[in-house]
Amino acid sequence: MNYLNDLLFQVFPYVAIAVCLIGSWARFDLAAYTWRTGSSQLLSGKGMRLGSNLFHIGVLAILGGHFVGLLTPHQVYEPFISSPQKQVLAMVAGGVFGAVCFVGLTILLVRRLTDPRVRATSAQRDIVVLVLLYAQLILGMASIFVSAGHLDGEQMVRLGQWAQHIVTFRPGAADYIADAHWIYKAHVFLGMVLILIVPFTRLVHVWSIPLTYLTRPYQIVRRRQAHVDYLGR
Amino acid sequence: MKVRAQIAMVLNLDKCIGCHTCSITCKNVWTSREGVEYAWFNNVETKPGIGYPKEWENQRRWNGGWVRDASGRLQLRGGGRFRTLAKIFANPDLPQIDDYYEPFDFDYQHLHEAKASQHQPTARPRSLITGQRMEKIHWGPNWEEILGTEFAKRSKDQNFDNVQREIYGAFERTFMMYLPRLCEHCLNPACVASCPSGAIYKREEDGIVLIDQDKCRGWRMCVSACPYKKIYFNWKSGKSEKCIFCYPRIEMGEPTVCSETCVGRIRYLGVMLYDADRIAEAAAVSSDQDLYQAHLDIFLDPRDPAVIAAARAEGIPDSWLDAARASPVYKLAIDWQLALPLHPEYRTLPMVWYVPPLSPVQSAADAGKVGLNGEIPDVRSLRIPVRYLANMLTAGDEAPVIRAMERMLAMRAWRRSMNVDGVEDAAVLAQAGLSVEQAQEMYRYLAIANYEDRFVVPSAHREYANDAFGERGGCGFTFGDGCSPASPAEALFGGRPTSPYQVPPARQRPDRERA
Repeated sequence: MNYLNDLLFQVFPYVAIAVCLIGSWARFDLAAYTWRTGSSQLLSGKGMRLGSNLFHIGVLAILGGHFVGLLTPHQVYEPFISSPQKQVLAMVAGGVFGAVCFVGLTILLVRRLTDPRVRATSAQRDIVVLVLLYAQLILGMASIFVSAGHLDGEQMVRLGQWAQHIVTFRPGAADYIADAHWIYKAHVFLGMVLILIVPFTRLVHVWSIPLTYLTRPYQIVRRRQAHVDYLGR
Repeated sequence: MKVRAQIAMVLNLDKCIGCHTCSITCKNVWTSREGVEYAWFNNVETKPGIGYPKEWENQRRWNGGWVRDASGRLQLRGGGRFRTLAKIFANPDLPQIDDYYEPFDFDYQHLHEAKASQHQPTARPRSLITGQRMEKIHWGPNWEEILGTEFAKRSKDQNFDNVQREIYGAFERTFMMYLPRLCEHCLNPACVASCPSGAIYKREEDGIVLIDQDKCRGWRMCVSACPYKKIYFNWKSGKSEKCIFCYPRIEMGEPTVCSETCVGRIRYLGVMLYDADRIAEAAAVSSDQDLYQAHLDIFLDPRDPAVIAAARAEGIPDSWLDAARASPVYKLAIDWQLALPLHPEYRTLPMVWYVPPLSPVQSAADAGKVGLNGEIPDVRSLRIPVRYLANMLTAGDEAPVIRAMERMLAMRAWRRSMNVDGVEDAAVLAQAGLSVEQAQEMYRYLAIANYEDRFVVPSAHREYANDAFGERGGCGFTFGDGCSPASPAEALFGGRPTSPYQVPPARQRPDRERA
């Protein structure tokens, strides 16, 4: 059991993160033509405005929350907010954005499975990604109810320490998660699986958030080669 | 002054017979693939009509092009940068596939394989997207061909703006024209400005607007931002595609496929020099009706020594300057002012211009419905077709349309009197503001339209060529990575092989041919 715990929560995270980073890099270099959002809005716009907007707003907020919540060291936030308070904050924020995301994802999943045009043009991995995200969201939402049973913030701090140990390459990370409720373990494991499959699915488009659009000039002109200097300057 | 060159196009609508040869040859070369079956980089519309995709000219619906805001600055009609990014999850202005049409094929094989029965077997339509049977086809790329569908539907045509409904109702079947459309390769393209990834760009050397297929992420903002709806989303590759002005041919000094194959000889290709520093200023003039003149003003005279010097300083080869001096586009657009831009009010400064058709006027004149102004029909008395053409070509300003039509009518009258009566009627030319030399040249370019006069495309210049050594073993024009349509990397990373689609479809499989 201990061995399995180490494998899943000490070794597997590195495998997942390495595959995600190196795989994304390889895809960017070797198969840039496949790097896309994979939008199917052209084929069926029904439910897209509600479903896609709710899903993306929800999932981005949740991702940001996990990033900040898990990786901010206890000492840094302690002067401002206590662990139990932070846990309640996480449960409320996660619950609200989780619900937003859930509505959106449900619309998108139903659309993908039932709209004949979208279904016919879906690759298998498009459906797999949606189902995995749906399962992960349901696990995450379910963990809120488990958390409600212990509001001391202890479990949350331990999960944070697991994540911080992983990203700082310290051994013994898996110990922090060993006696957590199974629902946390399942949520963490599925999260790692989702990171693992990023390079092989449309999830890569999360790397492409086009913020440079806000600062670049409107018009882009490209030259095929360097200037020819007729005047010999 | 920053001189740049562009290969521009003019289409002489007066000679377009609506044969769709341009569309078909273009499709067979560039869009005969899965994912873009519905896309026509070049299509021919019958006007009046709502066109392809439906009502593409209605910018209240699609929010394409630019608008000038109260402070005099240009802004995308779809909204500023933050608004564009906010629409990224679901673009509310994106046309649906049904606005183009659901691509289909017929089950021709059934005609061969049907068992003997009482009834003749039929080839029924099947969707190329879902593969399912389509009971009824509702729309297609040229559904309004030769005034097909009801006038009530076609009359939604935006070019009828400011024409009273009852009046144009009377014209239901009295005028018609063909409008071949392709990407305008604008000087101020809205698609480039709207692309969140920065994947769309204009080439400095020849002005061709292209989408970098490796950089496109499929955010699909360009599809709605282009007011001409000439960017298509490839549902298979998840990337946008557009007319590439046949750049591999242009680089070799050959005309585009649509121009080369035009049986009516209506298309002209030539170099235009323009001042890139004044694009923003020209696109932002206050009145829509001034845009045509502002656009004319940023073109540069390739005979002006100052322009030549500035062009050389920019590194534009002398062969391009020679071509600019022989440019048929320059003659049609500037010397004779026959060619006019399509919908200048979109403020994108389009570079595919149109010579207005005479058919509405000439047919009315032949029927005795229009008075004569001397030798030529009185164009002004035909208010609706002129108004319609002005809405299409000059943002509603009728004067340039009337001038162009009168010049073409004068040239015809002059030739007719020469051939029929054996006299040279210079007076009719003077009436339209033409000299005899100009009319002779117009006749040569418009009526004879020799290949060498129509297409003056400088071939790829050594200075513009890439290092050939670096391209050894390459495979020329490809989509994606490498020469193989399905490389192992593509398969691993979710690339989807695309099967080519023949128009008309190649239905005989090799094994059947042998049998």
